[in-house]
Amino acid sequence: MIMDGKFGKYGGIFVPELIIPALEELESAFLKYKDDKQFNQDLDFYLKEFAGRPTGLYLAKNLSKKLGCKIYLKREDMLHTGAHKINNTLGQGLLARYMGKDRIIAETGAGQHGIATAAVGAMLDIPVDVYMGSEDVDRQRLNVFRMEVSGAKVIPVESGARTLKDAINQAMRDWITNVENTHYLIGSTMGPHPYPAMVKHFQTIIGKECRKQILELENNLPDTIIACVGGGSNSIGIFSEFVSDKDVDLIGVEGGGNGIESGHHGATLCAGSEGVLHGSLSYVLQDNDGQITEAHSVSAGLDYPGVGPEHSYLKTIGRANYVSITDEEALKGFQLLSKYEGIMPALESAHAVAYAEKYAKMPENKGKTIIVNLSGRGDKDMFLAAKFLGVEV
Amino acid sequence: MSENIGEDSNKSTSKNLTSKNSLSIESYEKMFKRVEAKNEGAFVPFVVAGDPDFDTSLEIVKTLVENGADALEIGFAFSDPIADGPTVQDADVRAINSGMTTDKGFEFIRRIREFTSIPIGLLVYYNLIYKRGIDLFYKQAHENGLNAILSADLPPEEASDAVKAARTYGVNQIFLAAQTTTNERLKTISQFSSGFTYLVSVMGVTGARSEVKTSTVDLIKRVRAHNDLPLMVGFGISKPSHVKEVIKAGAEGAIVGSAIIDIIAQNINQKEKMLEEIGDYTRKLKEATKK
Ligand SMILES: Cc1ncc(COP(=O)(O)O)c(C=O)c1O
Repeated sequence: MIMDGKFGKYGGIFVPELIIPALEELESAFLKYKDDKQFNQDLDFYLKEFAGRPTGLYLAKNLSKKLGCKIYLKREDMLHTGAHKINNTLGQGLLARYMGKDRIIAETGAGQHGIATAAVGAMLDIPVDVYMGSEDVDRQRLNVFRMEVSGAKVIPVESGARTLKDAINQAMRDWITNVENTHYLIGSTMGPHPYPAMVKHFQTIIGKECRKQILELENNLPDTIIACVGGGSNSIGIFSEFVSDKDVDLIGVEGGGNGIESGHHGATLCAGSEGVLHGSLSYVLQDNDGQITEAHSVSAGLDYPGVGPEHSYLKTIGRANYVSITDEEALKGFQLLSKYEGIMPALESAHAVAYAEKYAKMPENKGKTIIVNLSGRGDKDMFLAAKFLGVEV
Repeated sequence: MSENIGEDSNKSTSKNLTSKNSLSIESYEKMFKRVEAKNEGAFVPFVVAGDPDFDTSLEIVKTLVENGADALEIGFAFSDPIADGPTVQDADVRAINSGMTTDKGFEFIRRIREFTSIPIGLLVYYNLIYKRGIDLFYKQAHENGLNAILSADLPPEEASDAVKAARTYGVNQIFLAAQTTTNERLKTISQFSSGFTYLVSVMGVTGARSEVKTSTVDLIKRVRAHNDLPLMVGFGISKPSHVKEVIKAGAEGAIVGSAIIDIIAQNINQKEKMLEEIGDYTRKLKEATKK
């Protein structure tokens, strides 16, 4: 390895020996192509013409008026396949192509990352196998179908709790076995180095655009940026371009499930402790012995007992704050944005919206300029939302 | 990574910390000499502590020892065993469901020490070590009679604290080497290891396989050129013929896990039959180590 992949003490390469050479190969390819002119020309083309970048920075007028703040939405929900995930998927897919890999594997929880990977696989003509917990396969039939029509093979995972964590375990086992020809396209800023750094690199486009846009619109930096945190990619993507601006408050919102007191949540940074999971040292949800415990969140994208190592670093140095929003609050956030702005957020993003409302209502925050990263759209969550509202669809 | 920690950790003995067990515990070095004097390779079975439950698991280990195991690899179950195939995953689930914890795991080792002095290596995922505290974990490993620790997800790059604790408490730190491991890494691994080096014979996770790949033979030869430690081959070694092959190719020992655990899984409700089959199979595997 050329770099140690550490953010402070977090991160690293806690993986079986068999994967190390693949990580070395990936790191060297990433370092080579990230500044390569042709690679970036290709990536820019696909980001624009395939995914629909740039996305807007939209002033939510009605909500701003209601809450007494200036609330901007970074519209990642407008992207092809419905979320910011495509930024990373295009970057890594293209990298796999440049590296000459002839197979891509991915993990998915609800299916968002799986769909983005399936789409990019179809477009680049590289076969894709997606690991998905069998519990999630049952809950997300429609998304399984979406992946399959794009030609991906969805492999149900029967081990553990049969959700995202187990899908990642199984994808890693596949990678250990097929490391020579296969690229493992991890969907967030987690996993062993170089993934956290690489996924961040491909997601910083969010922050880069956003910074330029807010300066044009406001002639000033925002007071606060709010983003939801699952593995941590959309949040790092928008935070990273503002980390050195000490006056900009960065707030990450985790899945609070039934509330942190209930023990049923996905609030790794708020309520977890340091541990090693899926290749890096970070915060994890675990018992006293270090056995990883299950996460719980209404939104599959936040339903993960780990978090990207850079967030653990930003938390411990005090540069970002992490809070949690319960399932119920998130569903109210979903309704709020739908009703006031005609924008249905993904339930993940609805956590950021719900916290923005809470934050804006605090007297000390009156009149602030707040950017909410709207990481994805809510189409995938309509059944859940309807169920919550007691509507039969 | 600090450079000097791994150096000559081979020679690391516990200087000022002798537990009451340690006098009677055989070192890997002595075990390999003992086996070699008989013109044999070492046969080392692997099972998960507490699979399917504490007491049965202890009887299984006793059976392994009585039927010819030269050393033992004992696993502590983990919720997310990414280096393991379905057989060991299921064993982990059975052990956790039977109430195994890290403390019970150490108790299990202590109980094994009541009936044998052969070397015992621990296979453990790193988070169990990290959560307890690296120093404390190695201290307890030593106090409870373990010879060695191998952490499946701890490559040398991340192991300086573990190697330091291993030296402090006279525990051998074992690392994996695989076909994909470059010669340069083999050197690093050999610098950081003591006791033996664990060769992964397959591209993949643990689990029984039908044959030994020719690449395993090449790997043994290649590692030999970069590493002075005894070599034990594991992952996928499941038949007497596999054991024979890797010993013939020059390995000092063979580690067999999934094939034994499969016997446990197939006889969950018939303990006598389970123990009998494990005993039979162990004798066959041991027999195959004779040169
Ligand atoms: C719309 C949306 N937002 C957020 C997330 C959480 O992931 P991350 O924290 O990596 O942005 C997901 C994950 O599936 C998602 O689909």
